[in-house]
Formats: sequence, structure tokens, C-alpha cells
Amino acid sequence: MPTSAQPLVELENVARYFDVSPPWLNRILERQRRQVLKAVDGVSFSVAKGETLGLVGESGCGKSTVARLIVGLYRPTRGEIRFAGRRIDAAGPDPAVRRAMQMIFQDPYASLNPRWRVADIVAEPIRAHGLARSSRDINARVGSLLEQVGLASADGAKYPHQFSGGQRQRISIARALATQPAFLICDEPTSALDVSVQAQVLNLMRRLQRELGLSYLFISHNLAVVHHVADRVGAMYLGRIVELAPVNVLFTSPQHPYTRMLLAAVPDLTRTGMPRTAVAGEVPNPLDPPKGCAFHPRCPYADERCRREVPRLKHVAGDADVTVACHAVEEGRLAQEAFTAA
Amino acid sequence: MTLPIPEVDRLQQRSDRAAPIAGRATLANTVAPLLTVEELRVEFPSRDVTLVAVDGVSFSITPGEVLGVVGESGAGKSVTGAAVIGLIDPPGRIAGGRIMLGDRRIDNLPPEAMRRVRGREIGAVFQDPLTSLNPLYTVGRQLIETITTHLDLSPRAAHKRALELLAEVGIPAPKRRIDQYPHQFSGGMRQRVVIALALAASPKLIIADEPTTALDVSIQAQIIMLLKRLCRDHGTAVMLITHDMGVIAETADRVAVMYAGRIVEIGPVSDVIHRPAHPYTRGLMGSIPSIAADRESLAQIDGTMPRLNAIPPGCAFHPRCPHVFDRCRRERPELMPVGPTFAACWLHVH
Repeated sequence: MPTSAQPLVELENVARYFDVSPPWLNRILERQRRQVLKAVDGVSFSVAKGETLGLVGESGCGKSTVARLIVGLYRPTRGEIRFAGRRIDAAGPDPAVRRAMQMIFQDPYASLNPRWRVADIVAEPIRAHGLARSSRDINARVGSLLEQVGLASADGAKYPHQFSGGQRQRISIARALATQPAFLICDEPTSALDVSVQAQVLNLMRRLQRELGLSYLFISHNLAVVHHVADRVGAMYLGRIVELAPVNVLFTSPQHPYTRMLLAAVPDLTRTGMPRTAVAGEVPNPLDPPKGCAFHPRCPYADERCRREVPRLKHVAGDADVTVACHAVEEGRLAQEAFTAA
Repeated sequence: MTLPIPEVDRLQQRSDRAAPIAGRATLANTVAPLLTVEELRVEFPSRDVTLVAVDGVSFSITPGEVLGVVGESGAGKSVTGAAVIGLIDPPGRIAGGRIMLGDRRIDNLPPEAMRRVRGREIGAVFQDPLTSLNPLYTVGRQLIETITTHLDLSPRAAHKRALELLAEVGIPAPKRRIDQYPHQFSGGMRQRVVIALALAASPKLIIADEPTTALDVSIQAQIIMLLKRLCRDHGTAVMLITHDMGVIAETADRVAVMYAGRIVEIGPVSDVIHRPAHPYTRGLMGSIPSIAADRESLAQIDGTMPRLNAIPPGCAFHPRCPHVFDRCRRERPELMPVGPTFAACWLHVH
């Protein structure tokens, strides 16, 4: 997979806490305490140029917060975010960085202004960044962007409601490409689409990556989709990355018990009639996460240390690309044969 | 009146390994079907045109069988399910065909009689557990109300039955949970409560419309296992409506694939998945990303499903079909046997 000396995007020990305390008066009268939600709690990863990093996890694990931290919609509580070697977390919006980084959202019905024509939607970033001045240049650029995503340049005169969900997501992609970005953050870009349309959009994203050398951060709860698009995958649980590995390694020999559980739970076409492995428990309340390893109440391998000490993301012996945050893996307590790949 | 409630331990014993149950005939013609839908047609009249959401759909479900119904948004799968439980929103109406539960016709029942069938004989589980539950009542009150509506039980017996139902759908500490409100339950636990409600009167058939779509994968797996176990233990038949082929693959015995208001293919689940006979099914299967296969690009069906006001003549799939020929544009194919499955495609006529 593509590797260059300097990663395009780097996160180092990034955290974001939200104060979700009840109002001051309630705290005084009802003696309620301050409450802090640790949405993201010490996440580190990097994305190389031309690479797709997938981020998977269940609702509330913090994957969308990571996306919003990178694009600057939230400021991190601590940690550093770097883009092409420059810190971007502390400074105000830097137009050059904003231009190089764009986001595609989940819901193509909510992320396009229904009162604007498609041409204006796609032209907005071009105008906002002053990338073209004359309306002739802008129109030409919009036309070529629409064609690049498989629409006709004449479609620019229409309104979003005249398009299907898949076509709307193409419009979102065209808008994201308008500033000629190097890095796209895709937050569940195909979750609202039907499978045959999802295939069209995923194939389009792959083609654009090849043609334009884009890097993606691809966030999804759908493991099969991530398996299809990603080069490396990070699995998140309650605000932390528990395993980060190349896609084929993660899907064939997952290490962390949570990753194993997640993979075993995916319904798959090849598993017709096969008995499924029981999945125990649910994600705990993030306001009151378990002490030690957050996964320990659901983990079949948990012991005293797991209940006490938060595991750090460490390299697995023998494989420099795989990092896992698990005491059991580190101590070799985990039976390898326990997992049979789906 | 005593009810056949299995003890929890007996349940666990039985759920350890699935014994193949009788009546799981592949083409549903050896056992008397529980539900028979014949030539169902559902119309939604509007000011200028009448939209046909379901057009000549026929299928049957035998006792204890799980029939999966898949298709993309707007294919008519949910409308078909709503027609069976008599919950088509006006001005929509059943404009043709008939629906038989056992040997009783239910599509033309008066609303009051249909209300008794619904819940007592056919249970329903919908996608969003939060909108299926009343936020102002405790879970127990909703369960007890449903139980006493359909069964002649004293309040105490109904309360006992409610506790048993909660235990059966796998809710820990039911004695404590029964007095809690829906917002105190997590999404997966709420869906279990909804399933308990659907089971309250021991119906013979459950219509489950996207029961796992709003849930996380690990919870989704739990709900699928629960539905399967309940079918096996009670001989309950399930019509499982979903867009997720993976869920169907693991849960259903047979599957019906819908496109633009019609069934284009129906057959045993492994045949439809591994040897699809209809080009649409083939395209659909190829477009699903899988964690077991490495593919450079996904098979892609160009275009989108037609809107209901613009269904093409002949086979509705012909504008997107890679194998289209003259007859497809002129004549609409009916389901015909192709090996173990039935497909509505002219390719299979020689």
C-alpha cells in the first residue's frame, strides 16, 4: 500500500470531552454532579497519501467525533492534529488547509440545500475560496465536476429533489471535489443508500481515488463496506482505538476480543444456515464507562489487570503494522484458535 | 386457560442445536400453508394517477417457516407486509387478489374483526422500537394491556405472563425491568420488548419489517438469534422484510426478491443467493460488499429502480438488464420454475 515518508494527516493522543452536566441550579438543588462525556479519549493514527483508513465501531464509539475534530468542527480537549506536517488543531481556520480537506456526510437528503440549484451547490466552495472568478470559468468547472462523478453538466440546472439518493450523494462528492482536496473525510457516505446504489457510489469513490490520488478517512458501521474500500482499519470502542491493522490482517486474524466479536456478528451471504456465535452484552453507558479496559465486562478473557489498568495501543509481536490495545493479547493469554474467520 | 409457555431452562436446552423441524418444505406445497397471498394488488390513488405499489404478488408461508422479503426502497416489500396485517394507510387500498390465513380470508374483514386478528393471530415488529412503544407507560403496563386485550386472563395472570415474556426474549432482571419506561431501555433491549409485545398472544405469524435495521451489528446478531429461536420453539412463522441480504442469508428458509412492486424471484435461500436465476438478483448479490471475498470493484447495476409512476412496459427491469431482448420490452414475465427457484424472466423460456 502507498507509503511516503510523511503522513498526510496525523492524530496524536487526541481527546474531546463534552460537558453534559445538568444546569447549575439542578446541581445545587438536587445535588447532581458535573458529568463529562469522553467522546474521544486519546486517539492516535495517521493517514498516508493515497491511502484509505477505515474507522469502524458501533454507535457512540466516537468515530464521527473524530471526523469532526479533523475538519475543525470541534476543537480537541487535548492532543495534536497535523495536516501535511502542520498543526491544525490550535490555530483558527486556515483557508489552505480547509481547501485541502473536505467532508462527505451520511444523509444526502439533509446535506444539500433544497432551495439551491445543483450548479450553485457545487459552485459554492469554488466561490468561497475564490478558486475561479468569472462565471464562465465557474460554470465550466462545475460542469466538469458533475461529469467527473457520472452526472451530466446539464443537471446543474436542477434542484436536489429531482435526484435519487445515489445521485444526490454524487452531487455531495462533486461539491467536495470542487476545491481539489487531497483528503476526504467520509462519514457513513453510503449508509442511507440501497445496496445496488451503494455499489455505484463505492465504485465511483475508488475510481476518483485512483485518478486524483485522494486519501480517505472512511467511517462506517458496516464492516463489509470498510473491508471493500479500506487499506488499513481502526476499530473503535468507547472513544478509543482498540485495534489498528491492515485490512486483510484485521479481517482474517483479528486480535482484540472486541474486533473478533464485531466480525463474528456481521451477517454475511456466505454464512447461510451457519449457527452464529453468541454476542454477549451491550455497549456500556459512555457517561459511566467501566474502569480499566472499557471492554472488560463483555470480554471472555478479562482478568484482574483488565479491570484495573487501561491497555495501551501496542505493536503485536512479529508484526510491525498491527497495533492492539489488550492486556490479554500482550500477555499471550488469548487462544489464537478461538477465532475462526467468517 | 393455560398457555404453552416454555420454561426458560427447557428453552435453553432446545436452542443449543437446531433440530430440523418438519414442514420446512422448500416450495411450500407439502404442508398446508399458514399464510397464502394470491395475486395481491395494492393501489394508492392520487389526484391524477393511481400508483400501483404491489402488482400481482403471490406467495405462501408454512408454519415455522421464515420467509425473507428483500428489495430496495420502493420495491413494495413493506406495503406487502402492511397489506397482510391490514395496515395500509388510506387512500391506499387492496385492489385485487386475496390474503388467506389458514383457510380464512382476511383481506376483506371489517376493521373490528381485523383488529382481533392483528396481535392475536399475526404479530408485528417494526424497525424503530422507540416509535412502537408508548413513552408514557411502563413496559409492563403495555405488555399487560396487550395480553388482556387478546387473552382472557386475570390481571395477576397477565402480570405473570408479562414477566415470562420478558424473560423469554432475554431481558435480564425482568421483575425490576417490568416497571421501567421505554427510555430506560437501550435500543436492543427495546426491540426485545417490541418482540415480547408481538408474542404476547402467541400469534402463529409475525411480520417483522426491518427489525434489525436501527440496531448496531452486535445487537442485530442477538435479535436475529432471538427471532430464530422463537420460531423454532413455538413453530411461529415469520415474514422477515429487510433490505439486508446478510440478515436474510442467516435467518430465512426461503426468500422472495421484489422489484418495482413484483416478486422477480422466490426460492430456497441458498439457491437464490448462490445460483440466482434473475438478472436483478444476480446484480443485487454482486453489489453487496462481503468480508469473505476480495473484489477490486463491485458489480454494478446501472440506473435506479423506476418510480411507481414510470414503470416501464414489459419486464420492469428491462432498461437496466444486461441480457434484455425484444420480448422483455413487450411482454411482462410471470414467475416460472427455474431449477429449485422461481424467476420472472424470459431468459428461462426456450
